[in-house]
Amino acid sequence: MDNGAGMPLDSKIFEAMKPYFFEDYGNPSSSHSSGNRAKEALVGSREKVAQLVAAEKPQEIIFTSGGTESNNLAVKGAVYRNFKKGNHIITTSIEHISMINICKFLKKHGYDITYIPVNKYGIVDLEKLEEAITEKTILISVMYANGEIGTIQPIKEIGNLAQENNILFHVDAVAAAGKVPINVKEENIDLLSLSSNDLYGPKGVGALYIKKGTKIQPIIQGGGQENGLRSGTENIPGIVGMGMAAELAKVGMLSEVKRLTRLRDKLIKVVLETIDYSFLNGHPTQRLPNNANLRFSYIEGESLILGLDMYGIQISSGSACTSKTLEPSHVLLAIGLAHEEAHGSLVFTLGKQNFEEDMDYVTEMLPDVVKRLRALSPLTPKELLR
Amino acid sequence: MYSEKVMDHFMKPRNVGEIPDADGVGTVGNPTCGDLMTMYIKVKDNTLTDVKFKTFGCGAAIATSSMTTELAKGKTIDEAMKITRAEVAENLGGLPPIKMHCSNLAADALHEAIKDYQKKKEKK
Repeated sequence: MDNGAGMPLDSKIFEAMKPYFFEDYGNPSSSHSSGNRAKEALVGSREKVAQLVAAEKPQEIIFTSGGTESNNLAVKGAVYRNFKKGNHIITTSIEHISMINICKFLKKHGYDITYIPVNKYGIVDLEKLEEAITEKTILISVMYANGEIGTIQPIKEIGNLAQENNILFHVDAVAAAGKVPINVKEENIDLLSLSSNDLYGPKGVGALYIKKGTKIQPIIQGGGQENGLRSGTENIPGIVGMGMAAELAKVGMLSEVKRLTRLRDKLIKVVLETIDYSFLNGHPTQRLPNNANLRFSYIEGESLILGLDMYGIQISSGSACTSKTLEPSHVLLAIGLAHEEAHGSLVFTLGKQNFEEDMDYVTEMLPDVVKRLRALSPLTPKELLR
Repeated sequence: MYSEKVMDHFMKPRNVGEIPDADGVGTVGNPTCGDLMTMYIKVKDNTLTDVKFKTFGCGAAIATSSMTTELAKGKTIDEAMKITRAEVAENLGGLPPIKMHCSNLAADALHEAIKDYQKKKEKK
């Protein structure tokens, strides 16, 4: 139940990709027939990704190497292009690490960054966001939903604010795409980052939606592929995979949203009912259908993960001890948790291979693992151990 | 990520608990950084007759605590003071490099417990 970290490639997608390695291996820029077939595949995938986010035209989608590159292209491309207008960027305190590091980089190069705080549910403070806008503001960048605590942002409202103030609006939708319906037009989004592997597609492919008329500067110079915005020979098999992943996600979305929401809510309800001093991180309803982030007092997340792993349950944690930095999750700290609370948090990201019996299994095993670790912990109050 | 030995001590930690009439108690770490451990010792004729622990922390923190109690039990005060973090890690078949510093505090907790015992003895 760690789909947020890595998802299996759908076998149907692999089958669709295969011919583009061996038979239709042509370069879409070539004019012979193999090149033409590659080009057709490229056009078809563009259409499918455009449909996933309700873009007006397929040409508004360009393919990249993944969510991280899409974020880099969107943010750097937008601010480089608009440097004459200003140097101020507004984002939030809970963005993905790629956004955080892009902003750090831009700060070193003379851009001002304002990080808007979030409330205890992880929802961005709209008033503060509006107050932060200045004449120098050239970009607002907010993630659609947070992959760790699942909170979905009021994107449409932020989009309206950006539009009223004539500021470009970028949305990192890597965690949200395919999980919830996205409509770039209705939500006033100018730039939207997508990743293939978060849609059960292959790794190494992503896309950026660029609203027609939005001008950004390319960050990779070369042969001018992807309308001059992303040079380099296209990764056709990967792009075909992403196109199919987008199509499958769109077709199955409504039923999958319903199914996962039910599983998620069951998991949350049973855990909170059966385990004392357990809490839900994030918003109870305004959250991704596949995300449950749960917190257990007095114990540490990595030992919980190890304990559950012994029962064959794979999940991830907001704890420092599972990261390279040894710092607890910036998202959990941003929603106001103390360090020790952040350490005791678990992230369940459900996927299409999870069913009712998985929830039953987790909710059966989890109380024992928690109990065992609490018995070891010097922080556990005595009355809880009886 | 962890050796079999670490997992064994994590799943079946030895000498868990508190000693209500302990001769020495030592605590190191803090919950903010994710690891906190307390060691309890009983001493008779300059020998550690009982050692118990309680730990809040990751798998490595729990396993090193457990291993430290095993290494310390039956040793004299002087011998126990010589138990090092490296020795604990070695007896567990090694630890991931990132865990060597942050989660390998149990030897320190043991030494704190011994110092606490020595201080109490001086006062008597």
